[in-house]
Amino acid sequence: MENFAPVLLANIHRPDSHTLGAYEATGGYQTLRRALRELSPAQVVEEVRRSGLRGRGGAGFPTGLKWSFLPADHPGPIYLCVNADESEPGTFCNRVLMELDPHQVLEGTILSAYATRATTAYIYLRYEYPLAFRRLQAAIDEAYAAGYLGKNILGSNFSLDVYIHRGAGAYICGEETGLIESIEGKRAWPRSKPPFPAVEGLFRKPTVVNNVETLACVKHIIERGADWFRSIGVPPSPDDPRDPGSFGPKLFCISGHVNKPGCYEAPLGIPCRELIEKFGGGVWKGRRAKAVVPGGLSTGVLTADELDVPMDFMGPVQKGCLGLGTGGVIVMDETYPMIEFLHNSCRFFAHESCGQCTPCREGTSWALQIVRRIRAGRGRLVDLDLLLEIADNIGIIPGTTICGLADGAAWPIKTAIRKFREELEDYIKRTNPTGYKTRRPVPALDNGTPSHKASPVSSHG
Amino acid sequence: MPVVIVDGKEIEIRAGERLNAIEAAARAGVEIPHYCWHPGLSVVASCRMCLIEMGTRDPQTGKIVMLPKLVPACNTLVKDGMVIVTNTEKVARARAMVEEDLLLRHPIDCPICDKAGECRLQDYHFQYGQGERRADIRPITSRKRDIGDLFLFVDRCIMCSRCVRFTREISGTSELMIVNRGTHEEIDVLPDVPLHNKLSGNVVDLCPVGALADKDFLYKQRVWFLRRKASVCGLCATGCSIWIEENQDRVHRIKPRENMFVNKWWICNDGRYGYPFIHHPSRIRGVVRRTTSGQVAVGWNEALREIEEKVRTACRPALCLSPFLTNEEAYLAARWMRNTHPESVIALGPVPREGEDERFPGGFVISAEKCPNRLGVEAIAHGLGNGVLGWPEFLEEIAAGRIDRVIVLAGYIKPWLDETQAETVRKANWVALADLFPSPLSDKVDLLLGMATYAEHEGSYVNRHHRLQWLQRAVRPPLGSRCVGMVFWELSGRTGVYQPRTVLAELAAELPYFSAATGEIPDVGVDLRVNQLAPSTAETQASTA
Repeated sequence: MENFAPVLLANIHRPDSHTLGAYEATGGYQTLRRALRELSPAQVVEEVRRSGLRGRGGAGFPTGLKWSFLPADHPGPIYLCVNADESEPGTFCNRVLMELDPHQVLEGTILSAYATRATTAYIYLRYEYPLAFRRLQAAIDEAYAAGYLGKNILGSNFSLDVYIHRGAGAYICGEETGLIESIEGKRAWPRSKPPFPAVEGLFRKPTVVNNVETLACVKHIIERGADWFRSIGVPPSPDDPRDPGSFGPKLFCISGHVNKPGCYEAPLGIPCRELIEKFGGGVWKGRRAKAVVPGGLSTGVLTADELDVPMDFMGPVQKGCLGLGTGGVIVMDETYPMIEFLHNSCRFFAHESCGQCTPCREGTSWALQIVRRIRAGRGRLVDLDLLLEIADNIGIIPGTTICGLADGAAWPIKTAIRKFREELEDYIKRTNPTGYKTRRPVPALDNGTPSHKASPVSSHG
Repeated sequence: MPVVIVDGKEIEIRAGERLNAIEAAARAGVEIPHYCWHPGLSVVASCRMCLIEMGTRDPQTGKIVMLPKLVPACNTLVKDGMVIVTNTEKVARARAMVEEDLLLRHPIDCPICDKAGECRLQDYHFQYGQGERRADIRPITSRKRDIGDLFLFVDRCIMCSRCVRFTREISGTSELMIVNRGTHEEIDVLPDVPLHNKLSGNVVDLCPVGALADKDFLYKQRVWFLRRKASVCGLCATGCSIWIEENQDRVHRIKPRENMFVNKWWICNDGRYGYPFIHHPSRIRGVVRRTTSGQVAVGWNEALREIEEKVRTACRPALCLSPFLTNEEAYLAARWMRNTHPESVIALGPVPREGEDERFPGGFVISAEKCPNRLGVEAIAHGLGNGVLGWPEFLEEIAAGRIDRVIVLAGYIKPWLDETQAETVRKANWVALADLFPSPLSDKVDLLLGMATYAEHEGSYVNRHHRLQWLQRAVRPPLGSRCVGMVFWELSGRTGVYQPRTVLAELAAELPYFSAATGEIPDVGVDLRVNQLAPSTAETQASTA
């Protein structure tokens, strides 16, 4: 780990790193040139499969395996969607890649499209990244002009068109089928699976959806080989036959109460504490950490005692978190009240629930309603159990929703209450000394009036 | 044959049959509650009420492996060896949770909700929900919004999206949509594009709660006072299967009755809201005889005697059958006519048509032919008559004086003849007319009989695709009026009450076109073209006419 040199972020500090000239000066697009000349699409897929690359978007699904689900003899078109709808709270690694090294992302995209035989790639970019949009668009224009995109790329018979599709600011569009629906111009309601996108995705055609960082990794795997990739990270656990290992470099976004927040590259498996101390410059103001979100809000929290957990795909799971997630590490210092964390996360997921499945639509907003009331000093001890019950019953893990948003909503609740119950109980008792014991329903805080919108034509009766 | 195990009970399904777990479980007699799924619409699997435990049985070892998580039954196609379990604690908890979730923001204004009594949210809550409310207490809101053909009670909605899918997939009009996100979601229409299409009433039936309400039915009846009778819509030749729902001899609403051969689950607004003519005050009631001193009401016995005598003593009497009669009425009338007078002729009344057939993306068709039984009546006329006259020829024959006495059995809902035609018919020296509403002819005839509408008589209709369907009588005709079948039943000298089933049996025995209608008529009707080796003359004539 000592001799680890950044790969994905190697060039971001060079002047004009986002331009084609700067990218080509560091050997940019040579990998693509070589791959188009020497490798068949199947060989690219095999190399990626052998590297053990797992999706960087949060779920950690093996990329090579995902590509292999595409029907082999499909007449096409096959689509590649680049998931740049980076909306997980605490995550900004795709943003750094797209703003400071967009050609790296593009080269990875072109290589992946070549491997999957896709002829059109859509970059689904969240609207809140205007600089990333301008730089990506400029990079695409440069790549077209230089012959890296368009018809017969670099004289081969492989052609690819890349379009940027800007989202309108919904978290759910980061879910792969929600993203597909959104590109199709519909409400981003995730589809029930099967069929998986690899069989029937965008415009009912086979589709691969990959995260920006995943595609950037593909470029380096093809450049340096699968063996190089496997030399970084954590091999599969011998105890778990289903663990494919966690190989390669990963971008970690450190935010919250640290001295040096930012996006850093580290090998997978780095302990969380080392990440905070070495890269984040330690907890600010000389304080100690109380809780740390390991990989974006959805994954839940680690306590200060659990910080030696290795940051690989399995590590946070062993401490009760949802997974590595996106690598967005949020540090909360010892003065930070956990009710604020709960409130913040419940508010986010209630706001972002797409509203399709009943348990998520109602469950997230019910949880928010309860947490708001607790925060306002009208909590009951039974509320914590109720919150846990709600959290345990939403998500694809119990099977009650179509997509994983509800799991992401449930995990912060579950981990915060299970790991910080004492603090939350103290808070309830302190702020509601007369009513904390009651088990009866209490009046809602918001009085039940739908505040969001006064209906123009409504009338009672 | 593939075998599926539902709650420990093995059921067989046909090979190649596409069933989801809800349908498969229904065959095993197990109800899986569901809101968003409907057999006629696409599957979204979003309400999550139909969650079940699912597993597979190994064909060799017989060992059953269950999936660790719940799956939505609506989106699970069954296959051989699939194990469906619905009676576990886990499933019960999931259902209770969904019920609890749905009631969080539901106003629970059942006492003023039209759907109460046939509401899935109510039914499922009693069956699968829990008695105690754990959520915070909020005052109710019940916002009503006029969205065009219907009212939308915004807060009652549970977001099953059935109505939205209906307007996109079946009516193809796409007026309804979901606005906002999460708990702020509402069904709505664009400001200038109200919900307005000829199938819009179906979304009220689709709505599992009281969110979408019929303007026609709103606050008229509590549904538990209604009695329903299986019937057939009499307003066009499509012949949709319907339920007529009545209370104390008054029809309050018409609902579609599932019939995969005809209308699937839908009916059009014309049929749904077209019933008020049944109770219209201008209906012809009883029997009226025109004398030199004006019109006087007479009793039925006297009327029957007059008809019998006039026809028997005529030179060449004619019977005009309208396409609104049931097969049994047409048959009884025609048979009596032919038996009573060997020279009698049978004519066909005008067939009302309006525009062209209206076809919808979901396959539903509203026929341009605005009468229910043209094929049946024509088949009978051709089978019994001796040279059947069309409406224009019939008028010509009267005008030429070749027909002296006329019985017209009408039953038209809309104006069906003009003053000139009425004058022509009047040229016969004796005219009897059975009809529903006053027309240019009705104040000129010698004998005017009140008759029954499709809701008031029992019998059968043959729709545009030669499907014979049975109508039950839902309400009684207005005081004094009788259905035509009863009139000719008595004229034929038969005793007791009019029994259309007996008549249909005779008809099926006599005319080959109706031979498939022998025996019990199933709810979906019978296709008269089945089991016919060669098309009979009656059918060829009927279908080319």
